[in-house]
Amino acid sequence: MNPANSAIKASKGDKIFMFIVYLFLAIALVVVLYPLIYILSASISSPKLVNAGEMWLLPKGITWDGYTLVFQNSKIWSGYLNTIIYTVLGTALNLVVTLPAAYALSRSDFVGRTFFVIIILVTMFFNGGLVPTYLVVKDLHLINTMGALILPVAVSVWNLIVARTFFQTTIPRELQEAAQIDGCTNLRLFTRVVLPLSFPIIAVMALFYGVAHWNSYLPSLLYLNDAAKYPLQMVLRQILVLQEMTAETTGAAISGDIAKAMNSKAETASLLKYAVIVVSTLPIIAVYPFLQRYFVQGVMIGSVKG
Amino acid sequence: MDGSLPLPTKLAERASLGKRIWRNWELYLFVAPALIYFILFHYLPMYGIQIAFKNFMPAKGVMDSPWVGFAHFERFFHSYYFWDLIWNTFGISLYALAVGFPLPIILALAFNEAKNGLFKKSVQTVTYAPHFISVVVMAGMIITFLSPSSGIIIKILEWVGIDAPQFLTDPRWFKTVYVLSEVWQSAGWGTIIYLAALAGVDPQLHEAAIVDGASRFKRVLHINLPTIVPTITIMLILNMGNILGVGFEKILLLQNSLNMESSDVISTFVYRTGLVDAQYSFSTAVGLFNSVINAILLILVNRIAKRTSETSLW
Repeated sequence: MNPANSAIKASKGDKIFMFIVYLFLAIALVVVLYPLIYILSASISSPKLVNAGEMWLLPKGITWDGYTLVFQNSKIWSGYLNTIIYTVLGTALNLVVTLPAAYALSRSDFVGRTFFVIIILVTMFFNGGLVPTYLVVKDLHLINTMGALILPVAVSVWNLIVARTFFQTTIPRELQEAAQIDGCTNLRLFTRVVLPLSFPIIAVMALFYGVAHWNSYLPSLLYLNDAAKYPLQMVLRQILVLQEMTAETTGAAISGDIAKAMNSKAETASLLKYAVIVVSTLPIIAVYPFLQRYFVQGVMIGSVKG
Repeated sequence: MDGSLPLPTKLAERASLGKRIWRNWELYLFVAPALIYFILFHYLPMYGIQIAFKNFMPAKGVMDSPWVGFAHFERFFHSYYFWDLIWNTFGISLYALAVGFPLPIILALAFNEAKNGLFKKSVQTVTYAPHFISVVVMAGMIITFLSPSSGIIIKILEWVGIDAPQFLTDPRWFKTVYVLSEVWQSAGWGTIIYLAALAGVDPQLHEAAIVDGASRFKRVLHINLPTIVPTITIMLILNMGNILGVGFEKILLLQNSLNMESSDVISTFVYRTGLVDAQYSFSTAVGLFNSVINAILLILVNRIAKRTSETSLW
């Protein structure tokens, strides 16, 4: 190795190339980061300045009224609470169903595993479609119940395969056989030997499933008709997309001082929007940098063909 | 318990099918909940597809509703919106594929070249992040940013001196808005799988190339890129197989009566006719048509990939 030599030889063209690479990455950084910072800034800026286009990057005319509005809004609170319930229960169910199945399917001495795997993989490419699925959910009397948000998404095929690949490649088979020779049943083997060694995949599964539940709106749109049961995303849909700034969402909740500070309903509305985006996304964005490596790990395990 | 037969012949038969199943009976309990789930929520709906060929009446149920053959399909094929739906569905997917597919690859190659420092790590962390923004918030952001009166993107365009179009109400802009927001949200996350593949590049190839005087760019082009071609192929096949299933959730949220002529795709149409208008059979027929085309595309692309590059899903 003679790094000096190769560095000199390649310098000109390589320098230009590296400059382009870093420029490209810098542009990507700015393009992705700017909207995120803008929302954060807009959520604590005077809506008048934001709407007039005077707030470009950093907050101007700092006000916390947007957050006050969010915290006074009963719909957002109940949505938050519902989402937490659905996420916790849903994720727990996901893990309880996915992990044992993935483990069983990872065992080469499990008679019939190819059959089970095929049955499961088929559903990745063919499905009944919206209406037949809806009819099944309806026939099971799940419409307008929590079950409709949790049961139809009890297992994700992708996650199941990822977990299976993990068990196959990470937990030494010899260890399992040794435990079995010592008289360990499959149940004990799974709970006492395999699971304690599987923290990374349990974390990955909990994260993937948890985020999916937190962000999900379609099942509630399809299967819920009682607004009191709406998860956060459905409340957000009303505020952000349908722009339903009803008296309940804005006017009624505003205290005298705030009402005075607000010149128009539209301003209130836009302030509330930015704040609500931050408040709803914050839990995920806040923990995400710490969990990033688990997420990445999950995708990587999945990409190793199972 | 049949341990009461310690005969030599029995020992030889130790691995007989029945015994192998019996020895692991608990594993069947392990898969049972998942299996019940797949039967209930995936295979039962597949059975329900037959209502596409029937006039489904809720009172009579799936079994007893009268058969009508291909009537619903014919109605769909002859409807005036048929070609619009096809054009929008294919248009949006192919547009998204053309713009959104190469970008993660280029980004991953750039990440791979960059030095493993704070800058690289921050760019990665930041570009992965939008992946975790919910589709509702994403739609909310698009609507807010493109608001004609106060949207920041409109303001930026004005500042640059461009007359900003009515992005969300002008049908000509819908596809672009959809595709670019999709790229913003998912390009970074999409790099992970390619980075994993790039980690497998043999360093000796690079060393040999350096000795031969290859420039960095040449090495990326002739060593790194070819290494990830199998991964690219698999991703392309998977994407093609889902071409008619494009971003249903986001399109549904961004759709309005003014952009409908360019935003209505098969899946949103299925939702509207099926669950909003309760035309169960007709909507199921349209959905089935969609799935069949998807399956054909998947098989076709897989076959082409197998012939040309020896990489395929199966």
